[in-house]
Amino acid sequence: MDSKSNAAIRTDPVAAEPSHQASSGPSTARGSIPVLPMAQQAGNQSRLPARVWMKTTGTRYLVRTLALVAAVVLWQLASTNGFHFYINFDNIPAPSVVGAALVSELTGQEFYLHILHSLQRVAIAYVLAVVFGVVLGVAMGRSRWAEDIILPYIELLRPIPAVAWIPLAILMLPTEQSSIIFITFLGALFPVVLNTVHGVEQTNSVLIRAARSLGASKTAILWHVVLPGAMPSIVAGLAIGMGVAWFSLLAGEIISGQYGIGYYTWNSYTLIQYPQIIIGMLTIGGLGTLCTLLVRYSCNPLLKWQAKGGRS
Amino acid sequence: MSDAPVSNNRLAVLDHSRLRAKTGKDGSERGRISVRDVDIVFDTVSGPHVAVQQANLTVRPGEFVCLLGPSGCGKSTLMNAIAGFVEPKCGEVQVDGTSVTEPGPDRGMVFQQHSLFPWKTVQENVAFGPLMAGVGNNEANSVARTFLSLVGLAAFANAYPNTLSGGMQQRVGIARALANYPSVLLMDEPFGALDAQTRIMMQENLLDIWGEFHNTVVFVTHDIDEAVFLSDRIVVMSASPGKIIADIDVRLPRPREQSLLTSPDFMALKRQCLDLIRKETLNAFQQQNKAG
Repeated sequence: MDSKSNAAIRTDPVAAEPSHQASSGPSTARGSIPVLPMAQQAGNQSRLPARVWMKTTGTRYLVRTLALVAAVVLWQLASTNGFHFYINFDNIPAPSVVGAALVSELTGQEFYLHILHSLQRVAIAYVLAVVFGVVLGVAMGRSRWAEDIILPYIELLRPIPAVAWIPLAILMLPTEQSSIIFITFLGALFPVVLNTVHGVEQTNSVLIRAARSLGASKTAILWHVVLPGAMPSIVAGLAIGMGVAWFSLLAGEIISGQYGIGYYTWNSYTLIQYPQIIIGMLTIGGLGTLCTLLVRYSCNPLLKWQAKGGRS
Repeated sequence: MSDAPVSNNRLAVLDHSRLRAKTGKDGSERGRISVRDVDIVFDTVSGPHVAVQQANLTVRPGEFVCLLGPSGCGKSTLMNAIAGFVEPKCGEVQVDGTSVTEPGPDRGMVFQQHSLFPWKTVQENVAFGPLMAGVGNNEANSVARTFLSLVGLAAFANAYPNTLSGGMQQRVGIARALANYPSVLLMDEPFGALDAQTRIMMQENLLDIWGEFHNTVVFVTHDIDEAVFLSDRIVVMSASPGKIIADIDVRLPRPREQSLLTSPDFMALKRQCLDLIRKETLNAFQQQNKAG
């Protein structure tokens, strides 16, 4: 709270109104990096004049775009000139070649089937991970018993990379599809659990006391105090979990027989189709980023209270 | 009463049937606190720590009592025992004849600072107590609006607490505690984090609101001016171990306004408190020196 120093002039409600409004103005120009472009914009749109937006946020997006363009240009130059100084670009297809291959992929149907299968697997695995992760995390954060029982498993299993699970997943689960979903699920689960635990354990004890003195039951405290308080941390876990889900999907789809963007990438490697490898990689990166943004954006209403000047 | 920023039409908006409900079935008033031979001991790394020793205190219904004492004298601990957050090692705390075992909405609590739910709007914060008491959404919201007008913050019903100044947040805290129509209001240094000017306005404000409800108030502070200005009675505590060392009646006329702060009567009472606390502090120092 930065408001203490202003308390004196703001105590009178009549005087308070304008200064209250004014105080919410400059906060939009704060220096934090807008990780959530859509979300932040949505919150501040009404107060931010277009000219100021161009000067601050607009410029930053321009720089970001240029940074990506620069990398593509360098890549193009390195590939066409056969750059070879420790790092070898001789066999790397240039962006122009990859682009041409991408166009031909986009005109066919196969490519979309790959994406569709992957999206489906990620969706199922992610929903399972979120449900299990939040429930386990809240249980661990609230109960010492639950934490002492579950935490050793998490600490032990977390460092195991997704690829290492492949043999067990095949042996334990009935279908190829369920094995892939299991591997993806595990990847997303750990960040969700750990962030939920972290958020729940940080619950402000004064707020719990306040709720108790207002007559709240244990369930009500969980619902009205603990969960909302943990929400920023949970949302961070959900976003990280989505990234890791895509990351693990690629490993899981090694065993896929036919479809999936991970399978597509591995298969292109086997068939020595270099442009397709890069298309597969970039597609995973792009889909992962999009899905993470989607998670953050859809969780945004849960966190609107964090925005300064948050009137709804 | 005073020119504090409280809406003048509050009498019209207050639900007086609910206010009258604070009178018990047998016609006796609610809000009697009795603390009998209470010891409160905390287990610490270096062994048991006696926070409160042999506390005896009776507060009459509708009385405004300040617990005054230096930091660490156990005044907040004693209040937390009345609130039901802390269990005495021995002795008993009763409110209206019922032994206190856990916190409850009959004892409204106002904390020092940052106790509003940041994810709830101002109105949702105040409506929380009535909702927990089982009234419907509509009624809870209308109760909340009533109490927000009472503290002069109706215009901020939809704001989130982090957009309000410290003084405004404390007023929301008071409205939230009152929205349960508690028989006892427990206030733990509620204005301690505010600047001097805001604090005086908040004190006038509080007296104004209290004039409306006349429920029992137990107010913890280390500020002598504040204690004398607000209370009917000052209970002075001394540190290590926390003991009640004096019980001073404050017979200053009400309503009280800022001008009182410079009157001779006020000064005389303040001197009395200062002398008492000084004597006790010196005693404590000497004891500590002997022990060391």
